[in-house]
Amino acid sequence: MTAKTLKPPRVTDTTLRDGSHAMRHQFTREQVRAIVAALDEAGVPVIEVTHGDGLGGSSIQYGFSGTSELDLIEEAAKTAKRAKIAALLLPGIGTRKELAAAIERGITVVRIATQCTEADISEQHFGMAKEMGLETVGFLMMAHMRPPEFLAEQAAMMESYGADCVYIVDSAGAMLPDDVRRRVAALKERLSVQVGFHAHNNLGLAIGNTLAAIEEGADQVDGCLRGLGAGAGNAATELIAAVLDKLGINPGLDVFKLMDAAEYIVAPIMPYQPIPDRDAITIGYAGVYSTFLLHARHIAAEFGLDPREILVELGRRQAVAGQEDWILDVALDILRRKRGAEGAGDAREPAAAERTAD
Amino acid sequence: MYKLLRNPGHMELAMFAGIDPQSEGIARAKKLGIPTSYEGIKAILEDPEIRIVFDATSAKAHVRHAKMLREAGKIAIDLTPAARGPYVVPPVNLGAHLDKDNVNLITCGGQATIPLVHAVHRVVPVRYAEIVSTVASKSAGPGTRQNIDEFTFTTAHGLEAIGGAEQGKAIIILNPAEPPIIMRNTVYVIPATEEFDQGAIVASVDQMVAEVQQYVPGYRLKDAPVFDRRRTPWGERTVIAMLLEVEGAGDFLPPYAGNLDIMTSAAWRVGELFARHLLGIREEVAA
Repeated sequence: MTAKTLKPPRVTDTTLRDGSHAMRHQFTREQVRAIVAALDEAGVPVIEVTHGDGLGGSSIQYGFSGTSELDLIEEAAKTAKRAKIAALLLPGIGTRKELAAAIERGITVVRIATQCTEADISEQHFGMAKEMGLETVGFLMMAHMRPPEFLAEQAAMMESYGADCVYIVDSAGAMLPDDVRRRVAALKERLSVQVGFHAHNNLGLAIGNTLAAIEEGADQVDGCLRGLGAGAGNAATELIAAVLDKLGINPGLDVFKLMDAAEYIVAPIMPYQPIPDRDAITIGYAGVYSTFLLHARHIAAEFGLDPREILVELGRRQAVAGQEDWILDVALDILRRKRGAEGAGDAREPAAAERTAD
Repeated sequence: MYKLLRNPGHMELAMFAGIDPQSEGIARAKKLGIPTSYEGIKAILEDPEIRIVFDATSAKAHVRHAKMLREAGKIAIDLTPAARGPYVVPPVNLGAHLDKDNVNLITCGGQATIPLVHAVHRVVPVRYAEIVSTVASKSAGPGTRQNIDEFTFTTAHGLEAIGGAEQGKAIIILNPAEPPIIMRNTVYVIPATEEFDQGAIVASVDQMVAEVQQYVPGYRLKDAPVFDRRRTPWGERTVIAMLLEVEGAGDFLPPYAGNLDIMTSAAWRVGELFARHLLGIREEVAA
């Protein structure tokens, strides 16, 4: 425990965005209404509602939405009495056109996400969001791939475009607590705006890493009820609330109401409980995008391959956020190699762990 | 410039114009003995010998240039997103536009993927086409980065207008891997009907790839088209996935920058066909 004075962070719940991956983007209006009402009632100040891959993510590449994200956003905005509704936008996938439509339907916060090396593709989106009076958050995805000082540079670009907060996003759930500390600290040092942290639980560290970020002064953190999210899921919102409360820095969340929402509203609709199972641990270990999980399983099953060999190879190729199409490519390459090697013995390649860049 | 020097075809590089006297491009052109101007389009307009102009400035500048070039009786090949003239993809629709005075090359992603969508479309109508272009971070300049929405709008529109898809969607991803990755494109197509001949689609795609290879030798499908079943807004449907790699010729830009190479190669090809048309040469010559 550090001697620093901790302050209550703002918690954004992203069950209805990151959880969209695990739900294969099939959230319904009724589910959104129930989850938003419960979160709002429990004092969660920001609720993110979007296709898992952000506005405009409904596609063959990422999976089509069962219900249009704009309809879900509208439902959320109608339901929430206090909470702000946020949407995620990945430039290159979504555009200002979808952003304008989401504003029309009731979002007041936009979180603009880029690969952590490509912050300069977000300038026009921050510009428009600010012009429209939105609160803005920058997301540096796959942040384990670059060292703290590099990330601080990219974060400073987002700040200059108009970000009110910049997040270190551990999209691969590949960071260890010390990786989180040094990255959050570098941004706190460099920026005059707020700093946030978004965890994935692929190595079982989502809550621990979130705590590490808070100890370094993170102003905002993310959670999902029951951890419902890509890969092994995210830090569970109800767990964050319980832990913050015990730490004496509860930002006004009703711990029991969140536990009830997780147990009685989210758990019954989840297709599975995300956990660090074999394939999810591989994602954290190899350092690949958490959303590759279900796509890799689908393709592996189709071609009779092991999802793990596909995921490890994607890590070796330095695949980044949004490159789901490379899963098929890697699978076909592995098949070709295996056919070529048939009869030539089983040449096993050692797995290589993705070292966090420092 | 380097493509024209390496293979002038029926063209002759008469001038290289920019607006910055200190620019690297002008210095290079000078060194190679090419007439240069740093007064922008002025010197080009004043030279009656110049018939074809490749404009790689910006969309904003090209809107101005388009009018001036038309009035000066020159053909503009527009490499910016301005799109004052019709979109062209050489093996798909250029033949129909050789009488125009301005044509637009869409985007690198469009030049790479629209031929494949069209190749499917000529066998079976296309309900939906979606493409994902992945380019090396190092090959995406400030123009692309600051206008990334325009890439997706323009490419999606090209998939519909030229590819023939009822609905088009484009995604672009910048990948910072070291060493830089070769430009990759994934083309997904959902046919309007389930009644089609897979063999005919594969043959049509193969033929189209060979046509594009005539002017972009590094253009290749990594695998035969994959026919997969996916959940779509139109029910469970066949999705055709094509994985495409575009390696640059390495004339001047590094080979991984296939995105830049396919634009300059398409521009060369368009220029050459216009030149032959102007000269009254009718026979198709293999490049």
